[in-house]
Amino acid sequence: MSKYQKVAYYPGCALEGTAHAYDRSTKAVGKALGLELEEVKDWNCCGAMEVKNVERKLQTYLSSRVLSIAANQMDHKVVMAPCNGCYHNLKHAEHDLAHDAGSREAVARISMKAGHETYQAGQVETIHALDWIKHGVGEEELKRRVKNSLKGLKVANYYGCMYTRPRNIFPEKDQGPGSESSTKPHFMDDLLAAAGAENVDFPLKTACCGGAHTLSDSDTSTKLVLNILRAAEAAGADVIATECPTCHSGLEMHQVRAEKVLGQKTNVKMLYFTQLLGVALGLSPRKVGVHENVSDGVEILREKNIA
Amino acid sequence: MRDALLAEAEAVLEEWVRARGEAPSAETVEGFRLLALHRQGARGVPSFNACRETCREIAYHYNLLAARDEKAEYRERMMAMLVEHLKLFVRGKLEVEGLGEFCCSSRPVRNEETEKRLHG
Repeated sequence: MSKYQKVAYYPGCALEGTAHAYDRSTKAVGKALGLELEEVKDWNCCGAMEVKNVERKLQTYLSSRVLSIAANQMDHKVVMAPCNGCYHNLKHAEHDLAHDAGSREAVARISMKAGHETYQAGQVETIHALDWIKHGVGEEELKRRVKNSLKGLKVANYYGCMYTRPRNIFPEKDQGPGSESSTKPHFMDDLLAAAGAENVDFPLKTACCGGAHTLSDSDTSTKLVLNILRAAEAAGADVIATECPTCHSGLEMHQVRAEKVLGQKTNVKMLYFTQLLGVALGLSPRKVGVHENVSDGVEILREKNIA
Repeated sequence: MRDALLAEAEAVLEEWVRARGEAPSAETVEGFRLLALHRQGARGVPSFNACRETCREIAYHYNLLAARDEKAEYRERMMAMLVEHLKLFVRGKLEVEGLGEFCCSSRPVRNEETEKRLHG
């Protein structure tokens, strides 16, 4: 049995809220593919941007607590986080605990005070939902299980900025064939191509969506998103596939705002890659939460005879 | 056109480097001054790496355009969008870090046009 067959699942706060459809579709796709998820018990915030920007070591502790529960209380070797922010922070904590004595000391001190076992670097492997499906199932098996090919659907794969940056916290990337690239990520492209989609050449796949500027400078965020949407349309995409809840809601919200504030309308739809895979595996759009998206992707799926 | 777009992208990064009190580098990385300017601009500001691939894609498209193949028009459009993205990103960073607005031409868009659309 592959080590990815059954993993600890860390949904993080976004997947319980605005990205509920991502949570729902991730679970549904896992089930359809015979993969198992066990949610981390009593999980907490990964430290997100808010804590990280104030006290880095506290963020490291918060992420380490999640890893500690998975490793020491649930006996898991792999933790899967579908949110780019959570994935990034867990990887960052892993890196800091492996390389920084100050972080190790802070985490040990707070863990003792909190009354749980201290997480030690290397106890678990943190992976993204893309790694989970890519390595747990693979393209060939995925192709075999496709019931409803995405043939005819043109997809721009958008990874956002936190999935690959900074490079030093992702030692498994850039390791040659079979590994993910930090400069030109392709795991989502590979999986959706296996499901029959036609991936378009999209040079803004890791470009900033303005997520960090959303509240401080909404106009810049709207223009950054508008540029991404226009580039996807210029590339011929019907759909932008996403794998990050922050990027996904940013693209959706600023698409609406661009039309309202700047008078610039775009028609490309946003769908989580797990929603597209779910539909390809024969699940209904409702089952994978397409109706929960702000951007209504049902019509394009129907138009392409996928739903 | 590709030279003009590359020069525009370099000018954006020069602005960022100058705003941080440094003289823009004249060196090149992998044959591109743009990449050297990005490296200089990201020193001490890890989040500036969020535009690293945008810069690399600009350089990549510059090279692709040299081929003058049947997709040249599309690639030129993409390169222009990449440069636009870099501009928007750097402008946002300048404002967030309190280093000023990217250029005076962005001011009317932000303060007048947007306000007018928002509030009539």
